[in-house]
Amino acid sequence: MQFGIFTVGDVTTDPTTGQTPSQNNRIKAILAIARKAEEIGLDVFATGEHHNPPFVAPANPTVLLSHIAAQTERIILSTSTTLITTNDPVRLAEDYAYLQHLSDGRVDLMMGRGNTGPVYPWFGKDIRDGLPLAIENYALLHRLWREESVDWEGKNRTPLQGFTSTPRPLDGVAPFVWHGSIRSPEIAEQAAYYGDGYFHNHIFWPTSHAAKMIAFYRQRFEHYGHGSADQAIVGLGGQVFMRKNSQDAVREFRPYFDSAPVYGHGPSLEDFTQQTPLTVGSPQQVIERTLSFRDAVGDYQRQLFLMDHAGLPLKTVLEQLDMLGEEVVPVLRKEFAARKPAHVPDGPTHASLVESAHTNHPEVLTP
Amino acid sequence: MTLRLAVVTAGLSQPSSTRLLADQLGAGTRRALEAHGDEVELDIIELRPLAHALADSMLTGFASDELDEALQSVVNADGVIAVTPVFTGSYSGLFKTFFDVVDKDALDGTPVLVAATAGTARHSLVLEHALRPLFAYLKAVVVPTAVFAASEDFGSNADGRLADRVERAAGQFAALLQPVGTRRQKPDRVTIDNPEATTDFADMLAAISR
Repeated sequence: MQFGIFTVGDVTTDPTTGQTPSQNNRIKAILAIARKAEEIGLDVFATGEHHNPPFVAPANPTVLLSHIAAQTERIILSTSTTLITTNDPVRLAEDYAYLQHLSDGRVDLMMGRGNTGPVYPWFGKDIRDGLPLAIENYALLHRLWREESVDWEGKNRTPLQGFTSTPRPLDGVAPFVWHGSIRSPEIAEQAAYYGDGYFHNHIFWPTSHAAKMIAFYRQRFEHYGHGSADQAIVGLGGQVFMRKNSQDAVREFRPYFDSAPVYGHGPSLEDFTQQTPLTVGSPQQVIERTLSFRDAVGDYQRQLFLMDHAGLPLKTVLEQLDMLGEEVVPVLRKEFAARKPAHVPDGPTHASLVESAHTNHPEVLTP
Repeated sequence: MTLRLAVVTAGLSQPSSTRLLADQLGAGTRRALEAHGDEVELDIIELRPLAHALADSMLTGFASDELDEALQSVVNADGVIAVTPVFTGSYSGLFKTFFDVVDKDALDGTPVLVAATAGTARHSLVLEHALRPLFAYLKAVVVPTAVFAASEDFGSNADGRLADRVERAAGQFAALLQPVGTRRQKPDRVTIDNPEATTDFADMLAAISR
């Protein structure tokens, strides 16, 4: 099981102080958070991609991730998400393969469509074409990493003849791809078709909803012959806020919850924690809640937490990460490992992908 | 056969004349259908207790359990009776909010009987100018007779009295509910509640390259 954090890079006013960090402060804070994630022993740091305020998540996540790659040694760098709709798949193939080389394979990525209507036309696209764009663009990206010379004709970009995406993926193995979608079964179908991972953001909606999407993905993963349903590669999001005493956690987090972007000014903290995966309480409560996700979706490979949002100051976020690394993740690692049957795969790494390529497709690994 | 009807009522007070009208329309429809030998299950959905859940679902994008139950009742009904008080020249905001969170295709072809209440009969065309277009947008089949009740109607036996209008509307509604063979087929829009309707991926790929 891989544990990590994901950020959406929101620049939000701290409701308890009225202070809004500058974009520069927030960007530097995200670097500190990523370094902390490695320091406390997390497996994954993932960043969103954004093109509009109030976000400072990078327009091209590889810019941020390559910087972090230079400052870390072990942590996997990922995205949450990379927009497969509005980006040119050729640039994605090139940039992420380059990042693979810079980071010695410590990279994977999550495809998302993006749900902000105005972003699409800035890149000459239309949100109503979101699904066909995701399908066609990924079909090309998938080939660019696997074929030296690609002939391509599609609806959404200039045709290619004998095109070679450069650099070639590290060790001849494409970065692992997750497909993220909250509610489109078509994306779960896409992930299953390719034998890629499926990630549910698992923040805004009830776990029961994520469980339905994952059950469908697992069933289709098996249908397409990639393994049994319980061997499909599943990731979940989640969000937590912890203090030693759960009452302190509730008291401290409530103002951030009440005015948070997305769900703020809506349900009470109590209703929302009961209805959605949000857990506000003691580390022990976070451990129990997180283990309960396995009951809903089966053994899964990656758990990412959203920790730095809604205007929480950097100092608080770093304290939260210390608790996560010291008190929560070590227990979860042990407990999840004890429950996982041997035939269920671990979360994918570059090393595991190279190994399975050697086993299954030795011809791919030409130098 | 057994017909399942959802009765949505947006009255706020207790007792509510909107609820009173909804009950009369429900009872009238039941009489008309039972005269045909059909059985009727009426599910009354009061919106007032759902007001907070509706605002929350606007903001979070998902319905609480109690709201979801109400939405499922409407979506799965054979017919819907929708009754609102008139506020500021139109249906109430609460009434609109409820139908804003109903899936836009869920009422496609569903017979809907619309009705409204107000303090004065001067508001009666709200039915034609506000409610009928709302349900036309939702592709519902709106019963020709819509029923309006002003406060005075509840205590009047004058010509064109409320009971007669209820009877006529209920009769027309029941007739629309009758011909089983022509009843709508719910569109197969894919959601996670019917994932088996998802197109096979190879067909999705083929469709985009066409």
